[in-house]
Amino acid sequence: MSREGVINAALLAGLVAVPLWAWAGDEPFTITLATRVAILALAGVGLNIALGLGGLVSLGHAAFFGIGGYAMGILASHAQAYDPIMESPILIEGTKLMPVIWIIAIVAAALAAVVIGALSLRTSGVYFIMITLAFGQMFYFFSISWPAYGGEDGLSIYLRNNFPGLNTLDPIQFFAICMVLLLLALWFNARLAQSPFGLALGAARQAPRRVETVGLSPFRLRLVAFVISGAITGLAGALFADLNRFVSPTMFSWQTSGEIIVLIILGGVGRLCGPVAGAALFITLEHFLGELSEFWHIYLGLLLLAVVLFARGGIIGLLAGRAATHD
Amino acid sequence: MTDPVLATHGLTKQFGAVTACDGVNLDLRAGEIHAVIGPNGAGKTTLLQQICGTLRPDAGRIEFLGHDVTATGVQARARAGLARTFQISALAMEDTVLQNATLGALGARGGAFGMLRNALDDNNLRSVAMAALDRVGMADLATTRTAELSHGQRRQLEVAVALALAPRAFVMDEPMAGMGAEGSHRMTAFLDGLRAEAPILLVEHDMDAVFALADRLSVLVYGKIIATGTRDEIRADRAVRKAYLGEDA
Repeated sequence: MSREGVINAALLAGLVAVPLWAWAGDEPFTITLATRVAILALAGVGLNIALGLGGLVSLGHAAFFGIGGYAMGILASHAQAYDPIMESPILIEGTKLMPVIWIIAIVAAALAAVVIGALSLRTSGVYFIMITLAFGQMFYFFSISWPAYGGEDGLSIYLRNNFPGLNTLDPIQFFAICMVLLLLALWFNARLAQSPFGLALGAARQAPRRVETVGLSPFRLRLVAFVISGAITGLAGALFADLNRFVSPTMFSWQTSGEIIVLIILGGVGRLCGPVAGAALFITLEHFLGELSEFWHIYLGLLLLAVVLFARGGIIGLLAGRAATHD
Repeated sequence: MTDPVLATHGLTKQFGAVTACDGVNLDLRAGEIHAVIGPNGAGKTTLLQQICGTLRPDAGRIEFLGHDVTATGVQARARAGLARTFQISALAMEDTVLQNATLGALGARGGAFGMLRNALDDNNLRSVAMAALDRVGMADLATTRTAELSHGQRRQLEVAVALALAPRAFVMDEPMAGMGAEGSHRMTAFLDGLRAEAPILLVEHDMDAVFALADRLSVLVYGKIIATGTRDEIRADRAVRKAYLGEDA
């Protein structure tokens, strides 16, 4: 196993061990913190496919995170009110079943990513950042001004949604669900990076002219990556809303997009477990520094500055050295 | 005579008041190396860009394998079998040599399909990529990061990626640029054998290589072809000597 592999394994083992230890010690709040780490890491894994593999700096991933959140909120709020979403021409009812909610969140986020990606990917560099930001803001303001689903106040769900055979209100069981999904996403990401698609996508980031001259379309590669990326972040959004039993326009805000990028940069852009390391650090800082000062973001900013200036590979890069080449 | 593999007819491209390409008629025949030479700024790169589809001509036609490809883009021409190597290496620097060659093999296959299998475990892709590397003498460098290659080795890898495509014609922009004498010599020998497989349109500044290789030469000056002919014809051409080779050449 490579050095990075060892670090990744240790990191994931730690993310499992901490909540188990908290469970034994009956400290549900710590389990909730670990669940937040897993969910934010999942959102980060999504963005990292676009950002790390594809080189696409999207400042609009809050759109997908929020779509996932609202997919959960809308379905569950209708289900808890026994009020169908639509009666004609066909009856569509809400649901409290997590797997169904996840699939709808993934599909909705993927569809949005097709549209946003098809338009945004015609630009690059700063323009791409700005246009994705603009799309994110469009969703933000739309959610604020849509009174049917709470507008600015958001939507509350009384009970967490159900997963067959599990008690999702038990923090450790909900954590397990999130952790398994995170591991699946990481597994997929690792396979993707080594696949023909990942190879071509990585080449499109490094040498787009070359990709074109072998007859492949950088645009199409990036669009597919963007859609996969949005879909995974959408799934994370559905879990995040379920964790809080609440969804609000904040999930769509540009600060959310920024946080997902920040945690990837902290952890290591393009590193498999970069989002996990970044999310763990982010939540830890938020918890401990947040207790010390309301203005803990200042320290986060300083840390980010230090990482960008002195440790471009983030935490993983600092610990594991330069990215290994694969043969 | 059979139809040329690649031909341009009256190709014209203007940038503002400058005519970078002025009614260029050029053809590449099966089995030959056709070199385009000319002083700096003569419009060689502009010509290549139009032939490969990066730049749309203002007027004129481009035919490849008997089809008018003037309106098609880079990818379509690549898929039709036109392989290009760049003057400044366009390679995935963080990736290994083998990964770069595999990209060519993916191009030959027609798409980067597959998200869950390892590209390098695919025997078909791997054998195409390794065969291409082997031919340019880089098989033992397969697992080396491209960024660690010397300049000359990157030029070789450029050619290997093009080889992996199994193209119908090569367009090479200064494949010897920046190579040492020995590397240049080896590349010359390699291209010499390659022409039987697919013809090569060669832009090159290394006159020794050009005169050693080219079956025919075209001399481009200020966007115009002032002469096309065999080595001896070009050497003897008065206009060429005046414009390019220098009177004492």
